[in-house]
Amino acid sequence: MTTTLPPAGGPTAPSPNPEAPETAGTSLFRDAFHRLRRNPQAIAGAVIVALFLLVAVLAPVLAPYGGEELPGRTSITPTHIPGPGEAPGFVLGLDRFGGDLLSKLIWGAQASLLIGIISTAMGLVGGMLLGILAGGFGGWVDNVIMRVVDILLSVPNLLLAVSIAAVLGQGPYAVMIAIGVAQVPIFARLLRSSMLSQRSADYVLAARTLGLSKGTITMNHVLPNSVGPVIVQATLTLATAVIDAAALSFLGLGGGRPQTAEWGRMLTYAQNELGIAPQLAFFPGICIAITALGFTLLGESLREALDPKSRQK
Amino acid sequence: MLRVIGKRIALLIPTLLGLSVLLFLWVRSLPGGPATALLGDRATPEAVARINELYGFNRPLIEQYFIYMGKLLQGDFGTSLLTGRPVLEEFTTRFPATVELAIVALVFAVGLGIPLGYWAARHYGRWPDHSSVVLSLVGITVPVFFLAFILKWLFAIQLPLLPTDGRQNPRIDATHVTDFYVLDGLLTREWDAAWDAFLHLILPGIALGTIPLAIIVRITRASVLEVQNADYVRTARAKGLLERTIRNRFILRNAMLPVTTTIGLQLGLLISGAVLTETVFAFSGIGRFLRDAIFNLDYPVLQGFIIFIAILYSLINLVVDVTYSLIDPRVRVQ
Repeated sequence: MTTTLPPAGGPTAPSPNPEAPETAGTSLFRDAFHRLRRNPQAIAGAVIVALFLLVAVLAPVLAPYGGEELPGRTSITPTHIPGPGEAPGFVLGLDRFGGDLLSKLIWGAQASLLIGIISTAMGLVGGMLLGILAGGFGGWVDNVIMRVVDILLSVPNLLLAVSIAAVLGQGPYAVMIAIGVAQVPIFARLLRSSMLSQRSADYVLAARTLGLSKGTITMNHVLPNSVGPVIVQATLTLATAVIDAAALSFLGLGGGRPQTAEWGRMLTYAQNELGIAPQLAFFPGICIAITALGFTLLGESLREALDPKSRQK
Repeated sequence: MLRVIGKRIALLIPTLLGLSVLLFLWVRSLPGGPATALLGDRATPEAVARINELYGFNRPLIEQYFIYMGKLLQGDFGTSLLTGRPVLEEFTTRFPATVELAIVALVFAVGLGIPLGYWAARHYGRWPDHSSVVLSLVGITVPVFFLAFILKWLFAIQLPLLPTDGRQNPRIDATHVTDFYVLDGLLTREWDAAWDAFLHLILPGIALGTIPLAIIVRITRASVLEVQNADYVRTARAKGLLERTIRNRFILRNAMLPVTTTIGLQLGLLISGAVLTETVFAFSGIGRFLRDAIFNLDYPVLQGFIIFIAILYSLINLVVDVTYSLIDPRVRVQ
């Protein structure tokens, strides 16, 4: 059957035999990956994310100017900021300080994605540690951790991040840590409840009958089966993290100099120029939205691929 | 029912106590300690020592905590470093503005979101469905403050139809009774004042309401999709009931359960969103004041406001849960 494969990438004609024959041994994740590859929504999300990641990594090569350089300082006046195509050599025009808008957007991609990814990674690691402790040990450990999580969840997420950033002082690291820590309770609660739902599963009983230790069961059996929703949440959280990072710098917690290339910061200063140069707000805003869209699309298709219930629809 | 509510309120107490401990420690870990935050540029070592003595920051932590809790329980949240007025007073005078804004945002989100979600589900797989799915995705991913910019640019610069700054035109001589400006205008029969205050709420309300709108559309759609093929709906249709009756009594009533919870959960989002929206629209509610407090490290205000917001947030969640069990008898049994 596998000899007559349809031409590659033909979403118009869903083939009766998917590229991989579903053998009895396929894992949940390999299964999910195959479903993802056939989902246009997932492809769109992956392309967007890959594109922005590429831009972020290649920023030194792609950007015509440095992130804080002000090559067009002499071309701006208080009442006129050259827009796209209005200043030779600056494709998207200049900003209020005389920086090249295109370069700043490119360097901004680096700053925003870096903050988004690192903070989510921190939130994920912290949350998973707490979640494993709570879900694995149960009893008073679970109680203590979950009460603390409840307390943190009683404060709206952005406000929590803001309070943490206030203690750490202004700066990109403060923003990163603040957003990361603010995510910890969400991941912790999610992993714990996911682990609890696995506790009475047959395979856990089987492992226990075999005399495996509690630690082994938790780490090798329950955890891999509970981590699905957490991965989905992490992908979706990347979108929120990028938006929240922009929000924190928009509120002035990003620190650094006014001309720093960071999307949220660019919006702060675009605010005063809305009348004469709306493009200064438009481009960074669109960048934030598209990045967030990419992660959201990816996260949601991941959820569909991993969740057997939503698959049938 | 009452016992459940009582239990929930009792559970709230340890959470709030824990929060007060965290906030207490938070203030003490501010860079340079509270005295430096208090003095700002004037923080000479002597001044810091004097402030520490005056406010008791040099006493043992446990003692400080009990003094602080004692004051909290008496409703003394300290005074704002920025304005010198009591934090409680700052909160109560600004809170109505944010409530007005949140109501407009919620009415926008619910009023548009439920019909849109229902419409999308009923046309599953066709263009109304696709377009509402795409729109709701966009609504979730556009940052609130960027949306606020777009609205401001559209309606203040391109077609100046709606006011974009403040709560009311300062030239209107309005009497304020309750600090809810629209309500004030209606109470005092100053119709132009009420109308003007309402116009000022439209753009910030739309900006703030868009994310909740997008989420409500999606949840309603998913929920109606799940319910509309249920056996009891088929039975109702087979009985020959009017389509309207089926929609209102069978589909919507059951589909609204997850939507109710979602609406409740949006309120926390509204508070965070208010910080950003009010900043862009120069709207003087708690959001904008919080932003100023963050900027100037006005820690008594931050501390107090976070406690108020946490109480509010927890109470709202409680109300949502209770409403839920009122709509759905099945929840009550468990």
